[in-house]
Amino acid sequence: MAKIKGDIVINTERCKGCEVCIAACPFGVIAMSKEVNSKGYHYAMKVNDECTGCTNCAIVCPDGVITVYRAKVTTE
Amino acid sequence: MEELFAKPEIRKPENIVYKKTDLMVDRPLSYCPGCGHGTVHRILMEVIEEMDIQGDTIGVSPVGCSVLAYDFLDIDMLGAAHGRAPALATAIKRLWPHRFVFTYQGDGDLAAIGTAETIHACNRGENITIIFINNGIYGMTGGQMAPTTLPGMRSSTSPYGRDVLTMGYPLKMTELVAQLPGTHYVTRQSVHTPGNARKTKKAIRKAFDIQKEKKGVGWIEVVSNCNSGWKMTPVQANKWMEDNMFPFYPLGDIKVDGKLIEVAK
Ligand SMILES: Cc1ncc(C[n+]2csc(CCOP(=O)(O)OP(=O)(O)O)c2C)c(N)n1
Ligand code: SF4
Ligand code: SF4
Ligand code: SF4
Ligand SMILES: [Mg+2]
Repeated sequence: MAKIKGDIVINTERCKGCEVCIAACPFGVIAMSKEVNSKGYHYAMKVNDECTGCTNCAIVCPDGVITVYRAKVTTE
Repeated sequence: MEELFAKPEIRKPENIVYKKTDLMVDRPLSYCPGCGHGTVHRILMEVIEEMDIQGDTIGVSPVGCSVLAYDFLDIDMLGAAHGRAPALATAIKRLWPHRFVFTYQGDGDLAAIGTAETIHACNRGENITIIFINNGIYGMTGGQMAPTTLPGMRSSTSPYGRDVLTMGYPLKMTELVAQLPGTHYVTRQSVHTPGNARKTKKAIRKAFDIQKEKKGVGWIEVVSNCNSGWKMTPVQANKWMEDNMFPFYPLGDIKVDGKLIEVAK
């Protein structure tokens, strides 16, 4: 069976920890780190495997730090 | 820190479905965390990239937090004196009628010091796009009251809330300019959710498209947050905006193809 799977890459050094992406994700994929980046911001990170590559998080990110990938994968 | 949920089999260049456009200069934005200015900048540049008009577009940046827009948008830009962006855009468009010309202005810039320039550019029907970021406050200078500040809304110069009897009423510039025959497309949008951001992108595209038809001003108000000025977290500010700004500044098209949209009373 073919399934759509997604992935995101977050430029954690440019993330300002605003959390707007968290509210935009329908699958709870994103949460904030405990660590901070060199500017002192907690940054967004992936916390599960549920990403579908819908691009919602990337579209609302004010700093444009999220890149989204999507592909069809075949599962048994 | 090591990434726990990376998917190398999906994370390949051919699978990219969204990445920041190269028309955004690769430089950290000067805006506060969560500020809508950054989102509007990016989707504006996406429209320009999709239309492939980056070499034919001239933007005018305002005075306000987005004064530095020319540092972030990788197209030709001019900086106007406070509030004068529509006058400068008029000159540019008349000298170079085949260029796409837009202004990018905050509410203090557009609706306070620049009210005259704004209204007259709209009334003359200049073939420009006006992008108006309304956060109901002077963000840059420390959160002072603007003409757009809501009744009862606190700001650094209305610490007990805007009292309309002494401080006047908020100015709905978008409804006002929609009445003028020189405006062709007038809409109010937001960028705080994915759906709203996608609608704003369509609206900006429409406003740029009508520049080709020479039918007058295309106007997009974006009701936006000012987390720092409102003294809230970005997520709280977006919720506050939905609960307080949208009832007063309702989202949607106000004028399309030169005709006012009838609203059910
Ligand atoms: C002639 C002049 N008067 C006043 C100022 C001070 N000033 C700078 S930005 C600003 C208001 C900006 O508010 P707004 O346009 O709403 O932009 P925001 O920062 O909220 O995006 C003011 C009054 C100035 N720079 N120049
Ligand atoms: S692309 Fe969609 S599913 Fe994936 S993290 Fe972003 S919002 Fe969530
Ligand atoms: S929206 Fe962007 S800047 Fe804000 S927390 Fe998410 S990734 Fe970071
Ligand atoms: S002061 Fe307000 S408008 Fe200016 S960058 Fe910060 S949040 Fe945005
Ligand atoms: Mg403002």
